[in-house]
Amino acid sequence: MNRRILLKILAALVLVQGLAVQAAFAVLPDEMLPDAGQEARAVALSKNLRCVVCQNQNIDDSAAPIARDMRLLLRERIAAGDTDDKAVAYLVQRYGNYVLLKPPFQTDTILLWISPFAVLAIAAIGFFVSIRNRRSIATGKPLSASERQQLERLLNATPKSGSGTPKS
Amino acid sequence: MIAEVGRFALILAFMISVSQAILPLIGAYRNDRRLMSFADAAAQAQFFFVAVAFACLVYCFVTSDYSVEVVAANSNARMPLLYRVTGTWGNHEGSMLLWSFILALFGATIGTFGKAIPNRLRARVLSVQGIIGLGFLAFILFTSNPFARLFPAPIEGNGLNPLLEDPGLAFHPPFLYLGYVGFSTAFSFAAAALIEGGAGAAWARYARPWILAAWILLTVGICGGSIWAYYELGWGGWWGWDPVENASLMPWLLGTALLHCALVVERRQAFIRWTLLLGVMTFTMSLVGTFVVRSGVLSSVHAFALDPARGVFILGLIVVATGGSLALYAIRSSKLPIGEPFGLVSRETSLLLNNVLIVSAMATVFVGTFYPLFIDLIGRDKISVGPPFYALTFVPIAIPILVVMVVGPFLKWRQDRLASALRETRPALIAAVLTAVAILALSLGTQIPAALGLGLAAWIAVGSLQILFRRIRLGRVAFSESVRLAFALPRSTYGVVAAHLGIGLLVAGITGSVFWKEELVLAMKPGQVTQFAGYKIEMLKAEVGQTDDYEFQRGFFSAAMGEDRSPILLIPELRFYPGRQSETTEASIRSGPIANLYMNMGEQNGETWPVHLFYHPLVVWIWIGAFFMALGGALSWSNGRLRSLARAPASAKIAAAE
Amino acid sequence: MKRIAVFIPLAIFAGFAVALWLGLSNDPTHIPSVLIDKPMPPFELAPVVPGQRGLSHADLKGRVSLVNVFGSWCGVCTEEHPTLMKLAANRTIAIYGIDWKDTPADGAKWLAEHGDPYIRVGNDETGRTALDLGVTGAPETFVVDRNGKVRYKQIGAITDTVWHDTLAPLVAKLEAER
Repeated sequence: MNRRILLKILAALVLVQGLAVQAAFAVLPDEMLPDAGQEARAVALSKNLRCVVCQNQNIDDSAAPIARDMRLLLRERIAAGDTDDKAVAYLVQRYGNYVLLKPPFQTDTILLWISPFAVLAIAAIGFFVSIRNRRSIATGKPLSASERQQLERLLNATPKSGSGTPKS
Repeated sequence: MIAEVGRFALILAFMISVSQAILPLIGAYRNDRRLMSFADAAAQAQFFFVAVAFACLVYCFVTSDYSVEVVAANSNARMPLLYRVTGTWGNHEGSMLLWSFILALFGATIGTFGKAIPNRLRARVLSVQGIIGLGFLAFILFTSNPFARLFPAPIEGNGLNPLLEDPGLAFHPPFLYLGYVGFSTAFSFAAAALIEGGAGAAWARYARPWILAAWILLTVGICGGSIWAYYELGWGGWWGWDPVENASLMPWLLGTALLHCALVVERRQAFIRWTLLLGVMTFTMSLVGTFVVRSGVLSSVHAFALDPARGVFILGLIVVATGGSLALYAIRSSKLPIGEPFGLVSRETSLLLNNVLIVSAMATVFVGTFYPLFIDLIGRDKISVGPPFYALTFVPIAIPILVVMVVGPFLKWRQDRLASALRETRPALIAAVLTAVAILALSLGTQIPAALGLGLAAWIAVGSLQILFRRIRLGRVAFSESVRLAFALPRSTYGVVAAHLGIGLLVAGITGSVFWKEELVLAMKPGQVTQFAGYKIEMLKAEVGQTDDYEFQRGFFSAAMGEDRSPILLIPELRFYPGRQSETTEASIRSGPIANLYMNMGEQNGETWPVHLFYHPLVVWIWIGAFFMALGGALSWSNGRLRSLARAPASAKIAAAE
Repeated sequence: MKRIAVFIPLAIFAGFAVALWLGLSNDPTHIPSVLIDKPMPPFELAPVVPGQRGLSHADLKGRVSLVNVFGSWCGVCTEEHPTLMKLAANRTIAIYGIDWKDTPADGAKWLAEHGDPYIRVGNDETGRTALDLGVTGAPETFVVDRNGKVRYKQIGAITDTVWHDTLAPLVAKLEAER
């Protein structure tokens, strides 16, 4: 019985999300555009726009007056028919790349975007190189004749000692 | 008077830390027993005096002694007692004193309870702790004196920033610092090993409880900060990729890798270099975090007052501590033992992969955090790096970690076959696929990211439980036998299970709250009804009033799901603090295992009030998951305490012999 | 190879430490203007005091000038104002004003109280013009050359030091230009 209720709730969660139109959101009701589709675009774009007087917040999350001005300006551009890119570019034209929370992909930010994967690649290469040497461990192959001779020589030459781990 | 006592105590502590930094090192070099054991006494004495100083500062805050500058600037007699106490560390000078207090606390604890650690190692560890303590006490005494007097003393204090007048301030910084600063012990152990010229299973055995303790505390601290941000900031955000948040995540990530490495050193005498480097770098990131918050180098919501002069000092500390250790590493590296070999498919390999991925993830956070600074310094552009960047870089690197972490625990040490490990994880795979398919089916194919996220969560959760099930041979022997085995299992097994399970819950919480959240903004007036997330929301009434501290506007709302359910009452509030001329919103949150209903209200506008409604599915599982991670750590820690007293393996005995 | 590899962590750290050191003298919140060396964006503002003429971008052509963004709500602007009054009284440089986020009434009252150094003042109640200019706070001042191009943006108050060290030499250079 309980399992069915849980399943019902999960289904409700999932269906509600799948079918519901993403509700509009702006900080104040009087800023919202009358067209729900345009308002949704504004909300989505706002997630990428930085409040220029705040320490690291987007314009939707900030209560600063400039943030409100920027929200209104963004909506004005969208209502005027700008595409998403053009509306954002309008703000970038005025405040520079600083206003973008997703850094642009340009020559001086290539390092930024590439380096996480570059570090991963370098580390992965290091990883594969270091384990390549390991493949011969415990393969169960018997020693060759020359290896056996080398072993004899070492065993007879080196006095038995118990300090530390032998260097392999 | 008390402030002067505090200042004097700090000076004494500083002098003791100087001797603690130097003498035991000499003692260890000369094998002088007396000089070495001096370390314990010095660490305890340093702690005593720093504690006295800290108590004096708390006293000044609680009694609202406005002749002390930081009290006048940050406290107010009208605040409740809790905030007069917690306000002690709600400012730069007080928080630095808290830093030193915890640093000294860890040192004294090693000196008192760490007697099992061989004398030479302990002496060196405490010396390094002393060096760090010396640095911070000097910083406090010369640049950030919390006991500076203000003349003439003002009649009123400024009071705390209203955002900080919250129980969160009582909890989040102390735990965060306990974790942050706790990693100083990892640093000290690593540096001591580098000075000593070697580290083996025994060293790892002694170091591990301290590393684990710091990791647990940092997990709790970060989790607390996330919860606090969630209910305080007003839009239900629990992680913003703010530079200072990142500054706590980076030591946490490295600390996680360090923990796993120390395990390998203890068991297999391998990964020694990794462990030492990680030990140094984890604490380095703690120091860098401290630097970032106080120097003005990065812009962040967390920043204390910006002061480049203080930044120079901390940077100097970091250069000496980290630069010295890394230089020592470079010089000593050839003397470190190479470690026992292991095969291509083995537990060691999976942990090595774990390290590689975690360090890459940490590098991502690092690059994102500091790139705006780098690009600014070369004079090119001013850019921002926000959540969208991390979503595209950190997440893709984190996902392989989450996949591999389920297989790793089933691999044998030294040499194993992948097929046998994968066989053990089959239940987890089935659970993952079923979950993903179920969600896709229920959502008619639309919820793909959520399906993948929850599938991944199921993979991890069931995979963690599978560790337990295999150990108790569930399904393979009689149930009563399994129960008996369950009681006989060492606590560290439960530790792994709980910690990994916690990550599964965390992933579930993140998936739900990111992909399934809903938001609504509208203007409401009393009597008005609206529909949201399956609830019928009605505004009942609004109220205006004031307390000693602030004026408020309050709204009363009922939220009912379906006719037969009793409605929930939501009371969001808007507070205005005339003293500080600032405003905060107090959200009304109804938490639940399925979802949180979160409501905020703005200022009255004519006849209506602007109302924000949020629906956050599964968000509490983020913090429940973090709790399980900390719990798992605690279980492992309690087991380790016993193990360190038990027989050590033969090779460790040899390495420990002096 | 192994010998060099062990020094890599130290090398990376050293580079990072240098960057942090340099970062200390850098202000991350200080956003330079994107308008530098570009023409002043077009704007047309109504007057603050009724009967006067307001301010538009066309007014800025013909001589080197300062365009000062202020507001009656802005405390720092009150501190900056005497310096502007002095510059205006000595006829050192032409100063224009943009009254940002103020009703004309509030702006007029403030100017009456503290003095009016501006040849012309425009009222930007909605803040749209300030957005076009990339303004992030008050006071901010643009240095505009004869051709109406923005050559410098002063973020924060113009103090005597700022004038003598930064703005006066720049203005002299611009006035010498054709």
